[in-house]
Amino acid sequence: MKPRENLRKLTKKLKVNNMSEEVIKAESLTKVFNKSLVAVDHIDFSVKQGEIFGFLGPNGAGKTTTINMLITVLRPTEGKASILGYEIVKQDTDVRNVIGVVPQEYTADEDLTGFENVILCADLYGIPRKISKKRAMELLELVELVPFKDKKVQTYSGGMRRRLELACGLINRPKVLFLDEPTLGLDVQTRAATWNYIRMLKKEFGMTLFMTTHYLEEADALCDRIAIIDRGKIVVTGSPEKLKNSLGGDIITLSIQKDVDITGLVKKIEHVKEVKKENGMYMINSENGEVTAPLIIEALRKEGHVVTRLSLTKPTLNEVYLQYTGKSMRDAEESRETVFAQRLAMRRARGH
Amino acid sequence: MNGNSKSKLHGLWALTNRELKKWYKAPVVFFLTTFQPVIWMGLLGKSMNIGALIPDIPGMDSGTILQQTIGTSDYFSFMAVGMIAFTAIFTTMFSGMSVVWDRRLGFLNKALSTPVSRSVIILSKVLSATLRSIFQASIIIVVAIAFGLKFGANFNPLNILGVFAIMFLVCVGLSSLFISITIRSTRIETPMAVMNLINLPMMFASNAFFPINFMPDWLQTIAKFNPLTYTTDAVRQLLIFSTDYAQLALDFAYVGIFAVIVATIGIVLSWRFLSK
Repeated sequence: MKPRENLRKLTKKLKVNNMSEEVIKAESLTKVFNKSLVAVDHIDFSVKQGEIFGFLGPNGAGKTTTINMLITVLRPTEGKASILGYEIVKQDTDVRNVIGVVPQEYTADEDLTGFENVILCADLYGIPRKISKKRAMELLELVELVPFKDKKVQTYSGGMRRRLELACGLINRPKVLFLDEPTLGLDVQTRAATWNYIRMLKKEFGMTLFMTTHYLEEADALCDRIAIIDRGKIVVTGSPEKLKNSLGGDIITLSIQKDVDITGLVKKIEHVKEVKKENGMYMINSENGEVTAPLIIEALRKEGHVVTRLSLTKPTLNEVYLQYTGKSMRDAEESRETVFAQRLAMRRARGH
Repeated sequence: MNGNSKSKLHGLWALTNRELKKWYKAPVVFFLTTFQPVIWMGLLGKSMNIGALIPDIPGMDSGTILQQTIGTSDYFSFMAVGMIAFTAIFTTMFSGMSVVWDRRLGFLNKALSTPVSRSVIILSKVLSATLRSIFQASIIIVVAIAFGLKFGANFNPLNILGVFAIMFLVCVGLSSLFISITIRSTRIETPMAVMNLINLPMMFASNAFFPINFMPDWLQTIAKFNPLTYTTDAVRQLLIFSTDYAQLALDFAYVGIFAVIVATIGIVLSWRFLSK
């Protein structure tokens, strides 16, 4: 019996390892509400083991709908998706066992204490009390809520609630963690602190994270790869760096002392893609601006030119967003429920 | 994966207790919901002094007349028992509303993303409302005794267990009914209107406050289908009437069938509609 048991364990391990390349896989995943409102429109993407994958898009773009399908709360209208090889519709219980969810809303029960809330989550996973009590304490320590564990959640600040949600989402030791707008309504400091917790999860547990956000700087700071989603469709996928570089790289603006044309000279320098002269200033389009700028200065000095002024601008995700969707992040066309939920979440984040 | 053997019902007590804690851990809510039916009972039972409206006619005092029409000589006792059904209907109504709140606050989605069974989510609401009603029913009985409830001739303290049993059945049925109404709602207003529409008619088209044989025929027909009629009758048979066991068995059978059917509908709906 025992060798067989060991073999089973081993194959199970191997199976997970084999599939580890693609932890989440979606194929033409679609959700249509009321037979007419297409919330998610045939999207394909895959998330690799250990990466933070972000869905970036304005409110109402279909981010939460996608997450709800992946966490088995909504049934897709069309297409399929799997998590660690488990089909989200047919093997929903298996999926639920391996994922953790940190929802957009503050779902912790206001009338219960922080500790009671974590234990409640553990009970929903059927984790025996003996284990769950120990685990709850470990997690509360992780999110630095131990001093407040016996206080009712009513008294918690927005950042504390978010951390409590994080602890609840981790109670079943998930292999994949889903975060829906993890810093919605939080102030700048608390947001940065939350980012640190998320980074720590990735580093310490090698967890795969799927998150949605409509904050450009959040996607930029946290995600290894992002997918920009607009009106239910993925318009582009890639690392924030790659997406920004795809716009043609950084822009170096410089001026020199003498009025001589140096366009030809600069063009020969490595990484430089394009040089334009405008009002006596040179606009140089290049990849890796930080490396190129010193090269330019060096090359110009060799020819006896003196650089009087130089600035380097890097494209932001905002420009990427603009490029691919043709518009700035818009906050229009939200459903009644989303507005209600978000307003509620924000009000609570601010501490009523 | 965690090496835990899970039963199909895991999480049931955790979710039930979550509901109950909102009640017994909040002293103000606890006090108000417990004494609301007591206040109603005091007001209605003592202000509607039906006995005083009936003049003593020669050879028959008002008590005897009441005995012949409503089955007991004391209207207060009649009414106090009706209050138990009243408690059942109002407490179970809140279980319906709490589904809507859980949906709006995101707790429902959170629970749906865990391996807890869909029917357990619904059963926990049913169970918590039932336990609350049974507790409130006991308070009503205690207070009614203090106010002068007159027990039936063959009353036996064990009959109280029978009261709990019929309360259990009717509350399972009623809360399943209310949850079935609210299970798809994302907003408070619609189910609230529906519930208000059926609550009071359900109360008054029953024998909770007045015996049904004084009602017009059409109302009697409705009352005869109303599970509250059978619940109230069962409680009266157990507490204040001289017990008619055949009638009592019929009451239990009717309310039991009602509970089973509506609870089944509730569970089927939870499989279909909790996730869209």
